[in-house]
Amino acid sequence: MTMKGAEVLLHCLQEEEVEVIFGYPGGAVLPIYDALYASDIKHVLVRHEQGAAHAADGYARATGKVGVCLATSGPGATNLVTGIATAYMDSIPMVAFTGQVPTPLIGRDAFQEADITGITLPITKHNYLVQHSRDLARVVKEAFHLARTNRPGPVVVDLPRDIMAREVDPSEQQAEIGLKGYRVVRNCNMGQVLLAVNAIEKAERPVIYAGGGVIGSDASETLQELALKRDIPVTTTLMGVGCFPETHHLSLGMLGMHGTRYANYAVSESDLLIAVGVRFDDRVTGKISSFAPHARVIHIDIDAAEIGKNYGVDIPIVGNVKQVLEEIVIRLQPREGRCEWHHTIDRWKEQFPLVYPESYEDGRIPPQFVVEQIYQVTEGEAIITTEVGQNQMWAAQFYKYTRPRRFITSGGLGTMGFGLPAAIGARIGCPHLPVINIAGDGSIQMNIQELCTAVEQRLPVITCILNNHYLGMVRQWQQLFFNGRYSYTDMSQQPDFVKLAEAFGAVGIRVKKAEDVVPAIEEALTVTDRPVVIDFWVTREANVFPMVPPGESLYNMLGGDE
Amino acid sequence: MIMKHTLSVIVENHPGVLARVAGLFRRRGYNIDSLTVGRTENPAISRMTIVVEGDDVLIEQVTKQLHKLVEIMKIQDITDEPSVDRELVLVKVKADAQVRGEIMQIVEIFRARIVDIGPNSLIIEATGDENKINAIEDSLRPFGLLELVRTGKVAMVRGGR
Repeated sequence: MTMKGAEVLLHCLQEEEVEVIFGYPGGAVLPIYDALYASDIKHVLVRHEQGAAHAADGYARATGKVGVCLATSGPGATNLVTGIATAYMDSIPMVAFTGQVPTPLIGRDAFQEADITGITLPITKHNYLVQHSRDLARVVKEAFHLARTNRPGPVVVDLPRDIMAREVDPSEQQAEIGLKGYRVVRNCNMGQVLLAVNAIEKAERPVIYAGGGVIGSDASETLQELALKRDIPVTTTLMGVGCFPETHHLSLGMLGMHGTRYANYAVSESDLLIAVGVRFDDRVTGKISSFAPHARVIHIDIDAAEIGKNYGVDIPIVGNVKQVLEEIVIRLQPREGRCEWHHTIDRWKEQFPLVYPESYEDGRIPPQFVVEQIYQVTEGEAIITTEVGQNQMWAAQFYKYTRPRRFITSGGLGTMGFGLPAAIGARIGCPHLPVINIAGDGSIQMNIQELCTAVEQRLPVITCILNNHYLGMVRQWQQLFFNGRYSYTDMSQQPDFVKLAEAFGAVGIRVKKAEDVVPAIEEALTVTDRPVVIDFWVTREANVFPMVPPGESLYNMLGGDE
Repeated sequence: MIMKHTLSVIVENHPGVLARVAGLFRRRGYNIDSLTVGRTENPAISRMTIVVEGDDVLIEQVTKQLHKLVEIMKIQDITDEPSVDRELVLVKVKADAQVRGEIMQIVEIFRARIVDIGPNSLIIEATGDENKINAIEDSLRPFGLLELVRTGKVAMVRGGR
């Protein structure tokens, strides 16, 4: 019996339990699409390949499974690049399949040829160009294994058209993983664990600094055990939002450039920082030389290269975050009762709560109010995706997340245009949860064509545009650091988002008054068969505060202190 | 302390491995002093010898980042190991009849070889550790170096495996 290469590929995807592919057809992938025509695997036809990559990414973030996208050669493949880089920076498991010109034409500048393995070299965990039919099953198996194990990340598999079209003998396929140089991390150094236990028991002012690695290794519950066993306050990075319930009294919310004052003060005053699944990103640390100046630092991460990359630590532990936390928790003596440290933090919380002005001079709706109402109406149970900029920071600050995988945002790369396609992927992965994309009027225009995808898929994803008619975050920096010279950030020229939504076949709602915010969200949540766009006209010049100015120490914040 | 480190790196002999290593160095801003690559006794495996300059923190980062490349099987910093390292140089040096004798003496001292004789030049081949190659280069420089090419270092740890 023989099968075509494309059929072998789809068979392999079924072995990997792939439920859905986000893709866009083209010449080089015609054999794959021909095989998909008769396949049980669901295919979601996006309207731009970038949307396919972000949707696969959103699906992966919401479910913890590997996201899969597919594009043709050349421009199809290069359109995936931003999405692949987004997944790479946030360590999201993804496999991106690209078509390639037939093997005899590779290297001859053939029509729609692009060296996608070369292009994606620095933004993938690994990539492959399949050059022989016999390698196909092995490569696919390795790609999924690499994407999901150790520190997850995107893997690109480039598939020449002739290899997909050619008949192959399935018995020639080697399904064994090679990967001689790749080992799944299974153990951690117990000596280091004991040092950590000792340091935690001795600490008087400990803080947990938790990031995306906690969510990636499904360690949220273990992290909570650790925090509760010793009453340790927890702050999270943007990527870690939701790994510790923000409604809990030990939660400090987010730290960093737009973190809470109390989180940044706590880190700055702590004598022990327990850094878990984080990478000491510059948006978190501020001026690195004055980050956590009084603290000994425990750093737990599965990627040894993160230890000491940006910041010298005292007790590094390389290992699976969940496993390491379990080893620590089991050895810790419980300690309950509140001490001076908790009182200090309570005072900061009282003195510097996350607040915003009740009204602004221009009389438009405070954007933070919209996010708060989304939280209230959904009772904190929605999946929130975001675009990038002010909308993203307010979505992180004013919605209280209590579970992992409910806040989906492009943290590392900061990709505008991420939120809508990511919401589509998240909703397909979690069809029973409301999915709301909190957007800005700038970013939503970057991948707005994906509304058509959501209409076709009958997906009730809700986009809430916080429309200030500006590229708000850049405008904020221009106001604060460039003497108010608003160079090309005014977005007053924009489409009528309500009419645009309707033109796509979605529901469009415009809200200009604060009292209409809740009814609009409630109305949107009743729609079950198509996407909704709510165009909230918010205050034009609201700023995200507190703010650590770039290059400043974490404890030198602007705003949020009135 | 900033010093030169010699990394012996065992990699799978796949197309593109060199590009991955070179790309990593470029992207992270590490400077390669020299890099050699060739296959080993096992044709499926190649060995790279990479000389990179930096302090301990940088070398640790280089090593860890290299380890993340899937096709890299083993990395050893052999800077402080008892090891043999060699480099080969080809030098084309100006050599008219008057100075040939003097050059040949230098070649003799360094146990180098003359591998080509032209009307006004000689090509000299020498192998040795980095210091010896530097020394021969310096000794020949006064005669006029027309061309020079060095292979970069290859190295191997002494004794049993």
